[in-house]
Amino acid sequence: MSHDFADLSKSRLTEIYSRMFRIRKFEEKTAELFSQGLIPGLVHLYIGEEAVAVGVCSNLTQHDYVVSTHRGHGHCIAKGGDVRKMMAELLGRSTGYCKGRGGSMHIIAPEIGVMGCSGIVGAGIPIAAGLGLASNVKKADTIVACFFGDGASNTGTFHEGLNLAAAWKLPVVFVCENNLYAISVPMKKSTPIENVADRAVAYGIPGIIVNGMDVIAVYEAFREAAERAKAGKGPTLIECKTYRFRGHFEGDPKGGGIYRSEEEMTEWRSKCPIFAFKAKLIESKTFTEKEAQEIEQKIVKEIEEATEFAKDSPYPSASEVKHNVFVSDQQGGTSR
Amino acid sequence: MRALDFSAAINETLRQEMARDKNIVVFGEDVGYFGGLFGCTKNLQQEFGESRVRDTPISEGAIIGAAVGAALGGLRPVAEIQFIDFIGCNGAMDQIFNQMGKMRYMFGGSVCVPAVVRAPCGSRYPIAAGAAQHSQNLEAWFMHVPGLKVATPSNPYDAKGLLTTALRDYDPVFFVEHKLLYYAQRMPSLREKYPTLICDVPEASYTIPFGQANIVRKGGDVTAVATMMMVHKCIKAAEELSKLGIELEIVDPRTLVPLDKQTIVNSVKKTGRVVIVSEDCKTGGVAAEIAATIVEEAFDYLDSPLRRVSGLDVPIPYSPSLERAAIPQEEHIIDAVRGTIGR
Repeated sequence: MSHDFADLSKSRLTEIYSRMFRIRKFEEKTAELFSQGLIPGLVHLYIGEEAVAVGVCSNLTQHDYVVSTHRGHGHCIAKGGDVRKMMAELLGRSTGYCKGRGGSMHIIAPEIGVMGCSGIVGAGIPIAAGLGLASNVKKADTIVACFFGDGASNTGTFHEGLNLAAAWKLPVVFVCENNLYAISVPMKKSTPIENVADRAVAYGIPGIIVNGMDVIAVYEAFREAAERAKAGKGPTLIECKTYRFRGHFEGDPKGGGIYRSEEEMTEWRSKCPIFAFKAKLIESKTFTEKEAQEIEQKIVKEIEEATEFAKDSPYPSASEVKHNVFVSDQQGGTSR
Repeated sequence: MRALDFSAAINETLRQEMARDKNIVVFGEDVGYFGGLFGCTKNLQQEFGESRVRDTPISEGAIIGAAVGAALGGLRPVAEIQFIDFIGCNGAMDQIFNQMGKMRYMFGGSVCVPAVVRAPCGSRYPIAAGAAQHSQNLEAWFMHVPGLKVATPSNPYDAKGLLTTALRDYDPVFFVEHKLLYYAQRMPSLREKYPTLICDVPEASYTIPFGQANIVRKGGDVTAVATMMMVHKCIKAAEELSKLGIELEIVDPRTLVPLDKQTIVNSVKKTGRVVIVSEDCKTGGVAAEIAATIVEEAFDYLDSPLRRVSGLDVPIPYSPSLERAAIPQEEHIIDAVRGTIGR
């Protein structure tokens, strides 16, 4: 049986698998640490949605931008983030991406183009437009991938951000991760249409629906949108139909089973994007089961090491609590 | 030297800094070809092109959000909010207090957000009645958000120096412009009443450091701490008070964040009496913060209770007879100053 892998080389396909698997293992470890009380804050896990982040980010260079959400670990790893700095941030340590100031919802890695996760639903959308504006004004070749959920598509900033980006033909690709629920409220109860992508019509831009459990499908849809953005033709709205296998947040009762049926959850879990992709890669002889296991073991070890690194890292000193409110704090200037 | 009014000073500063720094972009509602509702961006689009000077849709959340993103992407955006009253519209406030002001800190110092938000504030009595949604003074809101600098210039000279500083700063700056200051050139009656609304402004660029108050008038009897339009009302009041033998010292903080506490405290230590004059609503307002600072740092020097002259805790009313009553006037300042002395 032949598979369409979008002309990706064996090494790229392996890398795509690795990144999805790294996200999964990072998130499983995060769940474990959370249950042990080692994470001081709230975490929203990306398990089940890995194909979206990796399918999108496999099209990006480190100069391209990603704007992320409260469920942002996957985006950061898919973009090439350092899991040690991520885990340290989750544990509130000084070696984290934000030196312990941000936590799970506010990871940033500007050196690889991850321009920040936000805990405010929909807030990243106009920010992505602004990054696109910067690219446009500077005549740079960079594009912006803006992730958000189905819930965000009902915010005012969704409308304002997409309208502005479309009006100005900014190089932004809006990626809606439609996991069907805004916390506990199913989309069908909050939104009078079935597809977020249908809203693209209102902005005169393409609205694409893609199977968010299929990494290659996401990759191909995004590639076309990226080409369009780079050609100065403006934004695209890609809606990835996906599902979070766990609750909205760790601690969500019954893993989100209060508001989702067991049948529904089981059905979606059977569509696991990592399992499905691995089976295809083995079937197509891209790699063998043994080679896959070697990759997996290496990643498991990497996550273990990241966890140890985080646990061994110091908490930031309380004497630093006022640092970095202003840039000029570091220049010995302004203080309140 | 040349006399400029407030909007001309803002316009000149934007022009000079845009010529100096190609990363400065200007956007907002009607700021492009039209040149802004108050003329502050006049001819900038004609001079610098449609890429750098852009009209936006009526989308305050996108205006500020795009400013945040543009700043993260290496530009220096100047976003105009047409009236400060609109800052609560459409998610703009979220972008200011949850994004713009917090990013540097919450991201551990790894980014900076060098954006300037310009926003006209204040009552236009007696020129134009703006009523409840086009007349407010909301600058205190932004003092309350860590990570934002707040500039409140009271005259064209300070406007140019402070805006130049803002455009070269690496932190987000909320730049508040009192609307009555814009009308000095167009309205002779206003100019005659408050001649200090127009002043000499050097053509060459200059900066005024943030956190450095200006002693507008020296006097030994009572200190008045005043911002924006209230500075000019204090100057008028001081002339009347002088006739009564009371010499008012007027301190204009010029920026509320950072606040030059030292100059305020030093003046209070000298006079022992203080009136704080601010157009915003009294409750939770600018004057409350300055008053608390004085009480904390100069209580022992106060010879009488400090007084606040602030806007009433009412929405700004439309009818001129009511609007006049809602905002501080010279007679309120005079009464308060005399009250601190007891004569």
